[in-house]
Amino acid sequence: MNKPIGRLFVVALLMFGALLVSTSWWTVLRADDLDKNPDNRRALIREQKIRRGTIFAADGSAIARSTRDEEGVYHRAYPQGKRFGHPVGYSYASLGQTEVEKYRNDELSGNKNAITTTFDQLIGHKREGDDVRTALDPKAQQLALDGIAKVGSSGAAVALDPRTGAVKVMASTPTYDPNTITDKGAFSAASTDNEHKPLVNRAVQFGAAPGSTFKVVTATAAIDTGQFSPGSMVDGDSGQKFASRPLANDFNENFGPVDLKTALAKSVNTAFANVGTKLGASTMKEYMERFGFDRKPQLDYPRDEMSASVVAPSPPGHAVSPTSKYVDLGRLSIGQGGLQATPLQMAEVAAAVANDGKLMKPHIATRVVDRDGRTVDTIEPSVQSDVMKSSTAAAVTDMMVGVVQNGTGTNAQLPGIQVAGKTGTAETEFGKKINDVWFIGFAPAENPRIAVAVTVKAVTGFGGDFAAPIARDIMQELLK
Amino acid sequence: MSARNRELFALIPAALLVSAGFAAVFLSRDDLLGGLSGTNEVSNASLTYGAIFLGLCVAAHLVIRLTLPRADPYLFPLAALLASFGLVMIYRIDDGLARLQAQWFVIGLGLFTATIVLLRDYRKLERYRYLIAIGGIMLLLLPRAFTPVNGAYLSIQIGSLSVQPAEFAKLGIVVFLASYLRDTRQLLVTAGRRFMGVTIPPLKHFGPMLVVWGTAMLLLFYIRDIGSSVMFFGAFLAMIYVATDRLSFVVVGIVTFGLGAYLVAGHIGHIADRIDAWQDPFNRTLLDKTSGGSYQLAQGLWAQADGGVLGQGFGQAVLRIGGANCPTAASSTVNCSLLPAPHTDFIYAVIVNELGLVGAAGLLCVYLLVVQRGFKIAMLARDSFSKLLATGLTSVFALQVFVIVGGVTKLIPLTGVTLPFVSYGGSSVLANFVLLALLLMVSDRARREAELAT
Repeated sequence: MNKPIGRLFVVALLMFGALLVSTSWWTVLRADDLDKNPDNRRALIREQKIRRGTIFAADGSAIARSTRDEEGVYHRAYPQGKRFGHPVGYSYASLGQTEVEKYRNDELSGNKNAITTTFDQLIGHKREGDDVRTALDPKAQQLALDGIAKVGSSGAAVALDPRTGAVKVMASTPTYDPNTITDKGAFSAASTDNEHKPLVNRAVQFGAAPGSTFKVVTATAAIDTGQFSPGSMVDGDSGQKFASRPLANDFNENFGPVDLKTALAKSVNTAFANVGTKLGASTMKEYMERFGFDRKPQLDYPRDEMSASVVAPSPPGHAVSPTSKYVDLGRLSIGQGGLQATPLQMAEVAAAVANDGKLMKPHIATRVVDRDGRTVDTIEPSVQSDVMKSSTAAAVTDMMVGVVQNGTGTNAQLPGIQVAGKTGTAETEFGKKINDVWFIGFAPAENPRIAVAVTVKAVTGFGGDFAAPIARDIMQELLK
Repeated sequence: MSARNRELFALIPAALLVSAGFAAVFLSRDDLLGGLSGTNEVSNASLTYGAIFLGLCVAAHLVIRLTLPRADPYLFPLAALLASFGLVMIYRIDDGLARLQAQWFVIGLGLFTATIVLLRDYRKLERYRYLIAIGGIMLLLLPRAFTPVNGAYLSIQIGSLSVQPAEFAKLGIVVFLASYLRDTRQLLVTAGRRFMGVTIPPLKHFGPMLVVWGTAMLLLFYIRDIGSSVMFFGAFLAMIYVATDRLSFVVVGIVTFGLGAYLVAGHIGHIADRIDAWQDPFNRTLLDKTSGGSYQLAQGLWAQADGGVLGQGFGQAVLRIGGANCPTAASSTVNCSLLPAPHTDFIYAVIVNELGLVGAAGLLCVYLLVVQRGFKIAMLARDSFSKLLATGLTSVFALQVFVIVGGVTKLIPLTGVTLPFVSYGGSSVLANFVLLALLLMVSDRARREAELAT
């Protein structure tokens, strides 16, 4: 009887072998599949048990922080409420993450690579999220939000340090309160509110015609190529035809032959349309690309939540190259003709001029710091592109100073500080005098520390009157 | 070193495991509370637990030393290892349950001693074989008088106590079959006709087999539990194979059981549900079903996937959905538990989650060693009854592990049986200690007779 007992043991061996194989099947071979199953809530739940890092503003105040309840589950709170709804976003198990919370999720949730994680497990380290420090300035951010709200119902402002690319203000109105977005019905109401679109960060996601602020780009191309100088004379009469349609100056004013610096100060449309046409589409395209147009911003922010600044004339109704036959080069040169630029892009235009012609990569986070206060990662300033020669930057700065000193941008003047800037007024509903107003600029002109772009939608009036004062207040606050 | 001393030393790892395990649980809890206040308490308490456990094991060891001096020296330490491992796992899931389980271990060790001391010669059982058989079947059918749990008639509720008679019935049925097959094995083997190279026993000898098969079918239909039927019938096949050395019995048995199960299962909604869940556990509609769905199986598989090779670490498995994510009162509470029945049926999933594939492989190795010792005892035994008894007990033990681990890992349809010595459950602990006592008694007798023979 011993032979069948021996065989029985072999059967038992095979059966236990099968158990080992089936356990390996789920723990090793299919593990990734199962972890990714949307009905599997394990990763999400574990993430809630990890202290998510704090996001700090430049002044050391917390923008987003996690507190633990008695069950050991962390909850995200946003002490500054609506102020940083954009660009910080939110992070909730039920809604996921957006904006900075999403882009920095790995750092904030302590999600390191597999080897570090296994090693930490072996030595019994508990997973913890790192803190993210930003250059965002609460006071200036609030000034921007309040300033826009006083003038119109929607708009955005961006302020950068032109020397480093650090984002100090990124305000978008209308906005939302990340603390209450998890309330019953709040998220679906916010995401279906097509009139206000509070969940959209207008600073990076919605492009609009930048109007005359784009003349800074055209002026840069004109001078940097050597074809023009600030003193070059251009025809500034109103009503000249571009793409066989007459183009008007403000109040149909005829300037006759006008030098480029005056043309910028007085924002003469026909003069810059002439300049752009003379430079040609490929030159305009090249300078636009150097400034960052035509591709998504290189911001530390989720790519799918940003838009590129492009020319999208109608027809064909979608983005095309500036060299396309659909593009009306004259109108493109004055920020019309289907050009759609984001406030961040226009702030980068100002920043590139301010920083001697070098455009720095914009970034919201400045440092990642672990729980013990050790800096894990510093976001070093890096050059995105060499847009123009230093001499060109100096010439364009001088022209922009003229705009604020005795042109359309006098409302941006600051006591004792030289401000450079450019206004913009893009008509959206022709004939009704309802405009998107813009202002871009930087200060102090001789040693710029702040570059700014402000836009407000659907305002009856001019950029110099409505956008410039907001930009002035932001710059004044940030230069304190 | 003598066998008994080897046994004594082999108990030390089990005691160390208890101490280390409790220390790990305490540490991970303290860590969760974020304090260091309880550090001293941790080491003291875990050492106390380890010491008490070691003390109990040494007491049982002394009983074996006095009554069964020649018994297999590895079986008891292996069982102690499993029991201590189970105790730590249960403590980590629910400390109240662990205290109860510890009490069950004390009672189990008492029953273990009682079995050895009172029975003295297990061959006395042969005399009562029909009584034992009827008692076993009665025990199996008893739960029919009570309300079913999850569609199966497996447990009965006496006051606050839940008893699973099937755990004891399996012992009775094995004892009966061993005795019965000892008598009929010669008849079954001789007088066979050869047909197409297979020896077919005369039809009248298929009679007993049909009775057992019929009982298994009845069980399947009546108590609606595939797991018990498979264990019961599987042990029968193993024993008839050992008794006759004829594969034909096994083949015919498997085919007829399969056929019967196929026919019966179609008529029992609860078993059909289990099979649906087994085929597609991640199906959305099956997942959301409040009863008879695949929620438990899918969560078990996700828990295992989450464990990976090394596991999440001791005490790290997420068993409940906490706080804001748990829909309270208004909706069903069932989904607040991320892993239903973590301390009984799904303890294997918790083990894989926390200790990973490595820990699971270790556990399976310990079970395999127990099985190996069991079959070794069957081989050493000198009379047919002892051989068949040891084979049957070992088979039923191995099959129980296979049914539950296979079910949790989706190798076979899931049925709720306990993981022997590891899962929480009084009936399971008591029955398995009796099983252990019987195996040790067979082993002691076998070696004693072997010594006398030489």
